[in-house]
Amino acid sequence: MHERMVEARSLEERLIRMQRGGDGYFWIGGPGEEAFNVALGLLAKKGQGLDHDYLHLHYRSSATLLAMGADPVDALRQMKSVATDPYSGGRNFCGHYSKREWNVAPITSPIEVQYATAIGTAIAQKRAGGEGITIVQGGDAGTAEGDFASCLVWASRPGFELPMLIIVTNNGWGISTPGHEQHGEQRIADRGKAFGIRTATIDGNDAESAYRGLEDAMRYVRRERKPFLLEAYVSRLYGHSSSSGSNYVESEIDCVTEIEKKLVARGLRTSDECDSLRNEYEQFLLEAAKTVSLEPKPEPASVWEHVFADRDIVGEGARKVPHDNRLWKAPSCTFPTTKASKNGNAS
Amino acid sequence: MATMVQAVRLALHVGETKLGVTDIFGEDVGPPLGGVFTATQGLRTAWNSPLDERGIVGAAMGLAMAGQKPVAEIQFCDYAFNTIDLLKLAGNTLWSSNGDWNVPLVLMTPVGAGIHGSLYHSHSLDAQATRIPGWKIVMPSNPRDAYGLMLSAIQDPNPVMVLIPKALMRVKAAGPDEMIPGEPDDARALGKMIDAPIGQREGWEPEWPETALEFVPIGAAKTVRRGEHVTVVTYGRMVGVAKRAADVLSREDIDVELIDLRSLHPYDWPAIAESVSRTGRAVFVNEDTEITNFGEHLIRRCVEELWDSLRAPPILEAGKHLPGVGLAEPLEAATIPGLGSVTDAIRRCVRQPDRRMGTSRPRRDFAFTWTGEAPVGPFDAYERAFRHR
Ligand SMILES: Cc1ncc(C[n+]2csc(CCOP(=O)(O)OP(=O)(O)O)c2C)c(N)n1
Repeated sequence: MHERMVEARSLEERLIRMQRGGDGYFWIGGPGEEAFNVALGLLAKKGQGLDHDYLHLHYRSSATLLAMGADPVDALRQMKSVATDPYSGGRNFCGHYSKREWNVAPITSPIEVQYATAIGTAIAQKRAGGEGITIVQGGDAGTAEGDFASCLVWASRPGFELPMLIIVTNNGWGISTPGHEQHGEQRIADRGKAFGIRTATIDGNDAESAYRGLEDAMRYVRRERKPFLLEAYVSRLYGHSSSSGSNYVESEIDCVTEIEKKLVARGLRTSDECDSLRNEYEQFLLEAAKTVSLEPKPEPASVWEHVFADRDIVGEGARKVPHDNRLWKAPSCTFPTTKASKNGNAS
Repeated sequence: MATMVQAVRLALHVGETKLGVTDIFGEDVGPPLGGVFTATQGLRTAWNSPLDERGIVGAAMGLAMAGQKPVAEIQFCDYAFNTIDLLKLAGNTLWSSNGDWNVPLVLMTPVGAGIHGSLYHSHSLDAQATRIPGWKIVMPSNPRDAYGLMLSAIQDPNPVMVLIPKALMRVKAAGPDEMIPGEPDDARALGKMIDAPIGQREGWEPEWPETALEFVPIGAAKTVRRGEHVTVVTYGRMVGVAKRAADVLSREDIDVELIDLRSLHPYDWPAIAESVSRTGRAVFVNEDTEITNFGEHLIRRCVEELWDSLRAPPILEAGKHLPGVGLAEPLEAATIPGLGSVTDAIRRCVRQPDRRMGTSRPRRDFAFTWTGEAPVGPFDAYERAFRHR
């Protein structure tokens, strides 16, 4: 866990430097959330399809992706908006990941929409049974959006409760508006109570509490096939984004420092080991950023790629261009008989 | 002989038995009602959602991501406006993820006026819908197209919006051409098979006729009527209105060519261009408000690409730019195009003097060659007839 947290922190700091140095237009990310997000990535049942977990994350989730095994260099590619950015082909901000192979839904800029989309994957998993669950995560200020209410309503319908882990990472801020000016409830998690949803609040800055809290919540959702609302208190270490300066905030608890203090105190690592681990990642990412900056920018014509998933679009109003069709498999032309499909689909 | 709403239901039944539809859902979509227009009555996978349009669109997206094939309904398009941001998201998911995730979902919703629906049951969605890239948008004008377009929407790997004209829901096929292959031709017989009895629906099971898998390709318009004097491009409820206008005008020796667009995006530009470059005159008709109207886009493209063959400025006959459609009949009629206004608009277009006749250039200079056809000249029979009016 410690190593992934260090990797994630080094990545975010490299991304901030890249943005400041003109190697990116905008930075937003999750320094301060590493303890919680790494635990989430390690605990998620990674893979594609209903048996695995669906993750509907937000723009502070790079540590989760790294813990799942993502290549940090790809994050640099997205920051530099080069053609090799696997997540968006140079189209989207940093931290806006998408990985179908691991059920990671595309991360979006509009706050809280993921809470609406998550309903759908959870319905599919409810029906499928099995172990797969839907995990949705967003910030505290965003819980004011209707999509959050949608999520609570849909997740808790009697008799059709959804296997959803609904996470709110509460850093106390919505850009510059403090939490207490945003909402009156004591704990955001309490909102789940009105819906009969099991809830918990945890210290997301502490790696052990974060891991245990998540593990308990996930076990419940996986087994009971019911929702759980988990509120994790986390720090926002570099402000909201590059638009608020992205400077280190001394007054906030730093989860990486905290875990290192614990490891040293328990004799599991020396502080030198911690420092050199940090140096290794910093060095590696510095070199990687240099390489990435030499990678090509996307071709202008690539704006026309992936507008539609099918190749043969009738009607020239679409201004069709040929594009890579690798991901969409057309339904087979032979249709099952009415009888066979009657057995096949349960409503 | 099915009505449009029965046609939609038949298509959804085919969808869930043969095309892999897993969920048909929305407000009051499941039993006992089967949708406020009964478009989803008797369907095996139909279920009631909470009264939450954003949740409906979001759930459809998530279901599509989870490999299901959802058909979601927004009860009236008038209530889709609070979902625009999710619709935008559905439209950009494939693009923003560099081709990683597509969301093959169908969103169906009743649109337009004509049912005395007052402010919130008379909206049109065409302009908004076509403003959201990444979606395919279709709007049928008759039961057979509703059936075929719905099947295509279900099979499509993209998000597809099926806009169903409210006022046509209960309208039967106008003739055998508009009938679904395989449906019983007796309307009452079909009703007995697939309409739930009013009041006592418990234990009722529909008896589905075996209808053919007849797809109407998305993006293909249909020329409903051939004519040489003017091209009218329209869709949905206005197709019937334009047909009647063409009948009226044929008595004045005006020969209207009528194109039913059927798909708003992608739209059949070759069909429009071929026709407009031949007739030289174009009228675009729809119910949506006239400022920033989808028809305006088509006019822009005609002016930019077909200028040389245009004899007169194209005309848009659309809804007035008002905050709503009033309930009282005279108010509704003053807001939305009707037989009178559509007929007038076509007449106006045809009576414009041919702008190309003022030129002293020889006719081959402004000859337009679309798909290699013979140049169109100004002195055809029609022109001669109208010069003296
Ligand atoms: C729907 C929407 N409204 C406004 C914004 C602008 N915006 C970006 S981040 C943000 C604050 C979000 O705060 P919170 O939900 O607490 O998450 P945090 O960034 O603190 O993790 C706002 C208002 C947005 N992205 N989306």
